[in-house]
Amino acid sequence: MTANPTREGLDRRSAVQELLKERENILVVTGLGSPTYDVFAVGDSDANFYLWGAMGGAALVGLGLALAQPQRPVLVITGDGEQLMGIGGLLTIATKKPGNLSVVVLDNGHYGETGMQLSHTGLGIDLHKIADAAGLEATEIKDMAGIAGLRRTLKHLSGKPRFATVRISAENPKRVLPSRDGVYLKNRFRAHLGLAVN
Amino acid sequence: MYTDATQGTLDWPLAIFESLKKAKVRQIVYVPDAGHAQLIEMAHNDPSITTTVLTTEEEGIAIAAGAWLGGERAALLMQSSGVGNCINMFSLLASCRFPFLTLVTMRGEWSEFNPWQIPMGQAVPQACEMMGLQTLRVDDPVDAAKSIDAAATLAFESDRSVAVLLSQKMLGRKKW
Repeated sequence: MTANPTREGLDRRSAVQELLKERENILVVTGLGSPTYDVFAVGDSDANFYLWGAMGGAALVGLGLALAQPQRPVLVITGDGEQLMGIGGLLTIATKKPGNLSVVVLDNGHYGETGMQLSHTGLGIDLHKIADAAGLEATEIKDMAGIAGLRRTLKHLSGKPRFATVRISAENPKRVLPSRDGVYLKNRFRAHLGLAVN
Repeated sequence: MYTDATQGTLDWPLAIFESLKKAKVRQIVYVPDAGHAQLIEMAHNDPSITTTVLTTEEEGIAIAAGAWLGGERAALLMQSSGVGNCINMFSLLASCRFPFLTLVTMRGEWSEFNPWQIPMGQAVPQACEMMGLQTLRVDDPVDAAKSIDAAATLAFESDRSVAVLLSQKMLGRKKW
């Protein structure tokens, strides 16, 4: 397919900034590529776990974390390509129904890291409809008011897990890179939760 | 299901389950296998363990990593064919030095009827080694509990990724 990035949709950095405003005790897991850069650009935190690989795994790292920490809200921020690679994971999340988990897909319909090739969502697949069919609390967000509304649900610890498609424009903002040292990222995250480092 | 070629002498699934409990494993994730059937049932029946069925095995690696980030120990149960599905996701374990424990029921190595099980079954030890997992092999039910105990210590105390391979000889012959 030819890459024909659309300029329509929210600015990804502004959307993530609005989403993480007043985050307080939310634990954040990011999918590889731009979502990792977006979350770091908004502000680093020991409560952020940035993935630089493990494509398809972000929402499931969030699931394992949410099950282990039921009193803390867990937010996964990832991209459409990353979520598509682990699409079955949405069904696994739906079977466990952790009320403290939210999965937000920044969806520009393209693989931004690799030259803006169209993804399945860019070819018309709606991830929130798949999530809805699986039984998650699924929404599609197209404006900043929608982001603000979603933000108000992120600290919930009960009810259905939340899933949102956020329509963003297919642009690559300047890369802002967090640490790529996985051991460091793991240990500081655990230290944030008061857990021992082996 | 399998014949109880060796199960008659020792209830090794129970021994494995008790070893996992003793090792403080709190999340068990799995893609079903007949060889793991009793273990899966025991996990589901234990309210102190969160048990999650997966659509594909690599999901379990990401869940185990998340569990560790949140202070819980996890174990992945799968069949040898599932190891192949995990290859790239194993890089998460190596990159972050996550503790990881998986119990793999082997196919394609002993009295195998289905030739389609052989390529991946035969490749499991090399695939694990290639991606940095240590492997412990259990051929005798008598060794099951202490092997799980040793693997759990390696994983959770020494930050290693460990696969315990439960041999097809021990599991018994599948009835066709």
